[in-house]
Amino acid sequence: MSRRFAIAGGFVIAMILSPFAWSAWGGHITQLRACGDPDNMPFSNKQSEGFENKIAEVIAKELKVDLTYFWWPHQRGLVRRALRPELCDVMISIPQGWDQVLWTKPYYRSAYVIIYPKDRGFQIRSLDDPILKRLKIGVYINTPPAEALANRDIRTNVVGYSLLYGSQNERSEKILQDLMTGEIDVVIDWGPMAGYFVKRMNGTSPIEVVPLQGGEPGIPFTFEFSMGVKEGNTALKVELEQAINRRHAEIRKILEDYGVPLLPLLAREQFPKVEEKPGEVFYRRFDRDDPLTSY
Amino acid sequence: MSVKRCTSLIGGLLILVGSLVVTAPMVSANDEILKLQKDDGQWAIQGKNYAATRYSNLNQITPDNVKNLKVAWSFSLGTLNGQEGGPLVIGDTMYVHSSYSSGNSHNIYALDLSKEGAPIKWKYAAKHDPKAVPVACCDLVHRGLNYANGKILYQTLDGIVIALDAKTGKELWKTRNADPSKGETNTGVGMVIHDKFIVGVAGGEFGVRGWVAAYDVNTGKQIWKARSAGPDEDLMLEKDFNAANPHYGRFGEGTKSWPGEQWKTGGGTTWGYWSYDSDLNLLYYSTGNPGTWNPAPRKGGDNKWSMTIWARNPDTGKAKWAYQMTPWDNWDYDGINESVLTDQTIGGKKLKVLTHFDRNGFVYTLDRTNGTLLKADAFVYVNWAKGVDLKTGRPIVNEEKLTKQGADTKNICPCAMGGKNQVPVAYSPNTNLFYAAVNNMCMNYEGVLVQYTAGAPYVGANVLMFNGHEGKDNWWGDVIAWDVAKGKRVWEIKEQQPPWSGPVATASNVVFYGTMDGWFKAVDATSGKLLWKHKVGSGIIGNPITYKGPDGKQYVAVYSGVGGWFGATVSLDLPPDDPTAALGGVNAAYLSKLPMATSKGGTLYVFGL
Repeated sequence: MSRRFAIAGGFVIAMILSPFAWSAWGGHITQLRACGDPDNMPFSNKQSEGFENKIAEVIAKELKVDLTYFWWPHQRGLVRRALRPELCDVMISIPQGWDQVLWTKPYYRSAYVIIYPKDRGFQIRSLDDPILKRLKIGVYINTPPAEALANRDIRTNVVGYSLLYGSQNERSEKILQDLMTGEIDVVIDWGPMAGYFVKRMNGTSPIEVVPLQGGEPGIPFTFEFSMGVKEGNTALKVELEQAINRRHAEIRKILEDYGVPLLPLLAREQFPKVEEKPGEVFYRRFDRDDPLTSY
Repeated sequence: MSVKRCTSLIGGLLILVGSLVVTAPMVSANDEILKLQKDDGQWAIQGKNYAATRYSNLNQITPDNVKNLKVAWSFSLGTLNGQEGGPLVIGDTMYVHSSYSSGNSHNIYALDLSKEGAPIKWKYAAKHDPKAVPVACCDLVHRGLNYANGKILYQTLDGIVIALDAKTGKELWKTRNADPSKGETNTGVGMVIHDKFIVGVAGGEFGVRGWVAAYDVNTGKQIWKARSAGPDEDLMLEKDFNAANPHYGRFGEGTKSWPGEQWKTGGGTTWGYWSYDSDLNLLYYSTGNPGTWNPAPRKGGDNKWSMTIWARNPDTGKAKWAYQMTPWDNWDYDGINESVLTDQTIGGKKLKVLTHFDRNGFVYTLDRTNGTLLKADAFVYVNWAKGVDLKTGRPIVNEEKLTKQGADTKNICPCAMGGKNQVPVAYSPNTNLFYAAVNNMCMNYEGVLVQYTAGAPYVGANVLMFNGHEGKDNWWGDVIAWDVAKGKRVWEIKEQQPPWSGPVATASNVVFYGTMDGWFKAVDATSGKLLWKHKVGSGIIGNPITYKGPDGKQYVAVYSGVGGWFGATVSLDLPPDDPTAALGGVNAAYLSKLPMATSKGGTLYVFGL
């Protein structure tokens, strides 16, 4: 879609009305306002120690603008109550196809992974390994691998963990602690979380990380990640895509440094938009409209 | 001793007020509650009485004079989310609660009915932990207060159990029951029995393993806690648990009806309205969905005791019986609805029964002494099951309607909002009929959707909802009068939107209820004929009450303030051009013309002749 240049009158109004942090002249932004999770390593925290923080810094530098944050957990309600009201303009990594936002072209792809200490002597390469019928497996409930295991009639030896557990750090700690103590034999975890943990172990206890390939109908094991902006904010989307392209190598290095298992990008849309039909209630989950305050 | 005010949310903190430390011997809170419940001038418990009949013996307002009903006074609740539940009237004081709000707070007011215009005696406003908001389901509702022993007791959205001095509004104690950072929240009322305040928990979709817990009304100390899933000692079962119906399952089912250790994220939360039989000394409550959204990982068992009606001794916490309605749930038929206690003649025998209109579209009548299923009939159009086998107690499931990740199961009736949602029913002993606000909706259930939380992508379900009878109808709900013995509707009133206001029935055969688009209606209990209606400021999802004022006159009171699962389109301002909003851009609420009929609000209306 071609963008029109605003005429002078429109420009003045835009300057007064538009809360966007950019000018109407072709929309070059003046600052990068990221929606940052205050406590969710390895992705992001308030001390800017996460890989999303590092990537945001690279993008801000490329765009020659200041980076600011609106801190709020990346949970239900964030898009409706922070991104859409323009308390922040960009989510640094969201699954491509997550239809709450307008997403950029994906810039990395990761996978759910099987992890286990090497000294346990397993050689597991996929969910079809018959050994998984008898090992104790830790998974997060409602995740694709949990479904896929169920479809293989692997249920009785599966231990479910909640994606919500105190702080987000505690969440990943718990499943991994149980793995290390032998409470469970293997864990199927989201790649970036597992990879970061393995990095931090720093070789003290070698751990095998096996990315799961592909997936099944409605149950993908790999996800491509994009940056997400407010629906309709195509100007920012374009700027971000250009910056990502130019700094691609640097971004990749950050991801590798954090141990994110990386897979080649797919050349197709993984998730088409869900078509909604007129006259039908389309229920997913409730968001809310409370005004948010930054953490 | 000075009164300390505590604003922190640290659980287990105990605050004692001087007057409480040295008290006269306690009269059981129960005696007082029972006495209050018998007085039709007052409204001392959300369901009117422990039997939860929502029936009042008041008869000044009749089918003949109800046309003269007008607003006596009104009062703003100060919040704009869905206003559920209703006020309490104790003596000449009315206790009013608001929904939770945008500012992460809610209000409790005591109003003086003895003075003109009911001025405020005290106000208590509390903040809740914003962490509760993203994990609470379906608008920020608050289902009401309890009164006992000179105290107002309730549990907040973020899981804090609070006791206030009913005279002054001062906090007496508070303690933590649920932790929102683990996905645990609360919207239910709980119930005071003897000297215990018994409360539940919400958050089943996050794998919370549900429970009910009893707290000492005087100190806030936890006395017992009984889970919905897990080993028998967690479930707290009597020695003769389900002895009358061993085929419903007895010992060990809390673990063995789940694959492996899945019971650990077992769900079975407990946020509905409850009832209690003081002769049998049994508390009746029901549990909701099993803990994982999709059925595949839970396959291979009934997932007990999710979707279950329970009977428990409130003093010991021990369960006498349990009956599961929807084994291995595939449809989100959250079984938390209330059970109403009545005496019915069934098969020529007069029995103490309970009647439960479930989300799954069946109305169950059980012998409440031992849990025996006596009747189960579809009260709305149902196609996920052909019926319920009274011998085994199990639904006869239509295999075509089982749901699966990666597949789109079409035309399941009723929809996930249920044949009836949490809206309580009323029962009139005059007509021997139940009055229920029911939904007329079906759904497609598609297990495929990218979800994302705090860095991790996962897969959820899309639920498309549409009109009843697989989309053939053009209205969204009804108010019905139901005859349990005959197992059929005696009359029905079609409503444009689903009515989500729990009816109240009176001795003069008037039934009051509100509609989602803001009409407060009086209908004839025997025929369903409309007798009177009045349009209020915002849609009604609260439950009306009736009481006698200090002036000796009968009044009817109801909260107005649209919201809840269906009404959130209005209370949360979900615009029609936003294709990604929770209820979708062009959805039933718009099609049912709800946003053109009402706007959000929060007002108590009191009507009198």
